[in-house]
Amino acid sequence: MLAQLLFVLISAAAIWLFARNVKKIRRNILLGKDIDRSDAPAERWKTMAMVALGQSKMMKRPVAGFFHILIYVGFVIINIEVLEIVIDGIFGSHRILSFAGGLYNFLIGSFEVLALGVLSACIIFLIRRNIIHLKRFSGTEMKGWPVSDANYILIAEILLMTAFLTMNAADYKLQALGVSHYVKAGSFPISAALASILPDNITALEVIERVCWWFHIVGIFAFLNYIPYSKHFHILLAFPNTWYSNLNNKGKLTNMASVTNEVKAMLDPSFTPPADATPGRFGAKDVTDLTWVNLMNAYSCTECGRCTSNCPANMTGKLLSPRKIMMDTRDRLEEVGNNIDKHGKDYQDGKTLLGDYITAEELWACTTCNACTESCPVNIDPLSIIVELRRYLVMEESNAPASINNMFGNIENNQAPWKYSPTDRINWINQ
Amino acid sequence: MNQLHIKTMADYMAAGEEPEILFWVGCAGSFDERAQKITRAVATILTNMGIKFAILGTEESCTGDPAKRAGNEFLFQMMAMTNIEVLNAYNIKKIVTACPHCFNTLKNEYPGLGGTYEVIHHSQLIQQLIDEGKLKIENGEAFKGKKITYHDPCYLGRANGVYEAPRAVIEQLDAELTEMKRCRTNGLCCGAGGAQMFKEPEKGNKDINIERTEEALALKPDVIAVSCPFCMTMIRDGVKLAEKETEVQVLDIAEIATKANGWS
Repeated sequence: MLAQLLFVLISAAAIWLFARNVKKIRRNILLGKDIDRSDAPAERWKTMAMVALGQSKMMKRPVAGFFHILIYVGFVIINIEVLEIVIDGIFGSHRILSFAGGLYNFLIGSFEVLALGVLSACIIFLIRRNIIHLKRFSGTEMKGWPVSDANYILIAEILLMTAFLTMNAADYKLQALGVSHYVKAGSFPISAALASILPDNITALEVIERVCWWFHIVGIFAFLNYIPYSKHFHILLAFPNTWYSNLNNKGKLTNMASVTNEVKAMLDPSFTPPADATPGRFGAKDVTDLTWVNLMNAYSCTECGRCTSNCPANMTGKLLSPRKIMMDTRDRLEEVGNNIDKHGKDYQDGKTLLGDYITAEELWACTTCNACTESCPVNIDPLSIIVELRRYLVMEESNAPASINNMFGNIENNQAPWKYSPTDRINWINQ
Repeated sequence: MNQLHIKTMADYMAAGEEPEILFWVGCAGSFDERAQKITRAVATILTNMGIKFAILGTEESCTGDPAKRAGNEFLFQMMAMTNIEVLNAYNIKKIVTACPHCFNTLKNEYPGLGGTYEVIHHSQLIQQLIDEGKLKIENGEAFKGKKITYHDPCYLGRANGVYEAPRAVIEQLDAELTEMKRCRTNGLCCGAGGAQMFKEPEKGNKDINIERTEEALALKPDVIAVSCPFCMTMIRDGVKLAEKETEVQVLDIAEIATKANGWS
């Protein structure tokens, strides 16, 4: 009875805490500017089904893609078992769903195979990160917390799966010994092999089974509450992130409406801008100048580095890393969010995304080639953030490289980016 | 060089006629010495196919693409609105261009500012002419047995999903089309996009065009095919730096089509 009460209390606390942190992230994301991404719902559902649910972009890198799908499928399906564990925890029952008989045995058996799959994949991922030192997981932004974060996630999953299999092994042995509480149910293709290393003493087995049961479920609740602080939040945001992703041709940049009004007024003096037009800032200096989709992108990033490893600027040694752009955006947004919590919503800390996190040199290295947006497995768009920050640099600060300013001057004066006379435009005919 | 007779929109208007299509030449195609040859190749194809086309001539201006990519939305919209005024005044319906940057901007960014046209890239026009049986290039002796690799321009490929049209031309030839590892959606940029064409690269350990040209040269091709005037400049510079310009030609898809027909 005490165990049941404790279980209910722990579950309630875990869920309450998780909901609170998710709400905070939602509040942070909504600090971004509004953008309408509700068009073409059918295509959006399809994109989400293909890219997030179907992991269609993951297999571009077959090794990582295969093991990631193993963990993903394992994670989703083993959650059915967690449902039973929660019911058992509340009612003090044991394997309450075992009435399903053959189906139950099949499910438990599959969970075991999947658990072994998850366990192996996590070990392989740890080896790739810490022993092979894959280049994709290095870079200036991959120091300290991002490295630990990745390892914590993998270690947590290994511990959870180990506890799960050990719990089953003890259960299997207790069932075989005919201990009354342990109903004969389930099939244990993996943990049966583990059973031989466990003691034969019933009390010891009961202790092992209970300890692993508690470790597993409390571990899951703890992990749940780790996710909002971690890059692992992608397991939730991958879905809305793909649903709200850009469906236009990748080459299309937004036309700024605020600029359209000014240009129209310039070309036609009789033009009066609409009353609701707010001048504001041109481009983005801080995270709150970006759209909420940009900000959701930042929370969806799991720092896999496919964008950066395909970025032509990054691979030729330039400072730009699209992954860093996303991580900086999230870090700055968390900082802005914490400031609001501590000092109220109008607090200014004197810092901005541009300057304190992202430098002009990074921005000017971008070729706008869309390799980053193409390679992102959850359709994150670092390019739109880069362009917004460039817009601020150019239109608010007139801070462009001299050669770029020359190009602007040529377009203004000669209608071409080079210094040629407009009358020479037809010289090619007689060349 | 054969003499080209090119009419402008103003010529057509004066004669009270309308062309089938506007050929948007672009700034590189107008002023860059190497790109001018591509422009002439496109004009030759249009002429020899009997297509009624016009250029804007001196009434054409920069689309504003490099300004927009560099963050100068004011300048971009100024250029766009001025161009749209000209295009709409001439009642333009269909545009072909040999520059993927112009193509992308005209196709994707002009409609929102009041300029909606059917915009195609010259590789798409050439593919269409091949499909219709009008343009035949299979007798291209100039490319017999040659090894050709194709470099995808970002603004044609990833930006607008045009991967097959330029390849269709090469596939018609009695030549071997060999792909680089980074092709189609994985294509590597030449280094010129996003206004990089107009500035020195940021500090790094290699230039992007060198990285790309090395990849192409590793295949030991006779021809590196491109379909963008900026890629042409970047890849040619890379080939020159590798001192391979006598062995490896860098040609635009339009030039391949005209050479295969013995038109140039």
